[in-house]
Amino acid sequence: MSVVSVKDLTLGFGRRTLFEGLSFELEPGELLAVLGPNGTGKTSLVRTLLGLLQPSAGTVTIEGCPPRERCQRIGYIPQQRIFDREQTVRGRDLVRMGLDGHRWGFGRLAPDDRARVDAALAEVGATAYADAPVGRLSGGEQQRLRVAQALVADPVLILADEPLLSLDLRHQRGVVELLDARRQSAGTPVVFVTHDINPIHHTVDRVLYLAPAQRWAIGTPQEVLTTETLSRLYSTDVDVLHVRGRVVVVGTPDDQHVHHVGDDH
Amino acid sequence: MFGQLLAQHFVHTALWAGAIVAVVSGVIGVFVVARGMSFAVHAISELGFTGAAGALVMGIDPVLGMLGGSLLVGVVLGLLSLRGRERDSAIGAVLAFGLGIGVLLLSLYQGYATEATNLLFGSIVGVSDGQLRNLAIVAGIVLAGVAVLYRPLLFSSVDPDIAAARGVPLRALSVGIFLLLALTTAEAIQVVGVLLVLTLVITPAAAAQRLTGRPGLALLLSVGIALVATEGGILLSLEKSWPTSFFISAISFAAYVVARIVDWSRSSD
Repeated sequence: MSVVSVKDLTLGFGRRTLFEGLSFELEPGELLAVLGPNGTGKTSLVRTLLGLLQPSAGTVTIEGCPPRERCQRIGYIPQQRIFDREQTVRGRDLVRMGLDGHRWGFGRLAPDDRARVDAALAEVGATAYADAPVGRLSGGEQQRLRVAQALVADPVLILADEPLLSLDLRHQRGVVELLDARRQSAGTPVVFVTHDINPIHHTVDRVLYLAPAQRWAIGTPQEVLTTETLSRLYSTDVDVLHVRGRVVVVGTPDDQHVHHVGDDH
Repeated sequence: MFGQLLAQHFVHTALWAGAIVAVVSGVIGVFVVARGMSFAVHAISELGFTGAAGALVMGIDPVLGMLGGSLLVGVVLGLLSLRGRERDSAIGAVLAFGLGIGVLLLSLYQGYATEATNLLFGSIVGVSDGQLRNLAIVAGIVLAGVAVLYRPLLFSSVDPDIAAARGVPLRALSVGIFLLLALTTAEAIQVVGVLLVLTLVITPAAAAQRLTGRPGLALLLSVGIALVATEGGILLSLEKSWPTSFFISAISFAAYVVARIVDWSRSSD
């Protein structure tokens, strides 16, 4: 059975429609990269999968249930936001929140839950700084802890929204390897929103490309990341080049920071 | 002299009242500091003052007016659940207008000026047995509230986006923490006065935050510092007849300075 099922999904705010009639299924162990310029609804799609945003039309189910009923089983890794230096939580506390942070009351950590927190910390290689205040750690270390937090509750789905932003190459690779290892060992499917395919290219099964003007395409990287497909999506000449193992897209309106009208709401 | 005063019933009442307020303020302060709500504390206390001034004009118990004013502002700010700069400017606007009303009400009030002065600067030694009982009841409510909300409150303070994704109801929690803060503020006003609420609700928690990265320990340290400041301040004001609020704020600030120095010396080696 597919883990995620999206049928005829339309998303929009007021009179502005982001995309229409989007359908796809996500099978266990699959990694779907969501690509596209700003303002095409990548983050809105993630919020819909989390149940935080209601579709304008269509349905989204996680394991056959509405997303809100499964939100505690989704590992969510958002854009990196640096913690305040003064935040009085340790890495260990942060990871624990992934397990029981949503429950009421003080709650004591049961021994086997403590073991799960330790295991998640070890899995991302954060044991050495697990007891340091998170605000004193580097951006890469903080993001590793967020991965551990997302994995500790044994998620049925991982949603990563630009998790590599502002990380250096070494830490980018680290985060990608952690998520890739998880989906291979536990079969957890991953939805990975990114503006740059290259750091995850070797692990991607399928690409969902969200383009301006409500256009989208889904398929394998070989199908979607082509000169033909992207030129059709953008209605202009776009070239997809392969340079030294990297995918380079040239000619999209957004490759020189063009301001999209209507992006600021 | 000091020994004689210590045996007095009103001193015992003051010490108990101080202890209750210190515990509640120290606890709630940890969340207020973690969520960057210091300015909101100030607004809630000043508008508690407006409520109290209104009560004085109407001839009812100013403590009730204060509770009403604080709770009303707490609910409004909680429902808005704004973040960052937008919140600061909204609070500033509400605060200024509320205080203007307070000034008007006070000018309409024909009674003794000491009532108003007590509200502004605190009057711990004037706490009656009945007031002490009320303080204890409200404190019980606040502590029970924090106990119930503890984990989601901590989660949403640290990382609201992930907490929301996990199904934590952010807006309801925001209203919850603002209501608990309003109750705490109304308590603290009775001890240190409107102008010095921050010295119990912010300073001890801010000091604790400098000293530890453990959430539970920060809570205990914050309560400890608030207790030492309040009880120490009351005792010192028996010895030397300066205002209690001054001593409380001095001790609390000293703890903050020490915490910063400790933190600075740790991070520079």
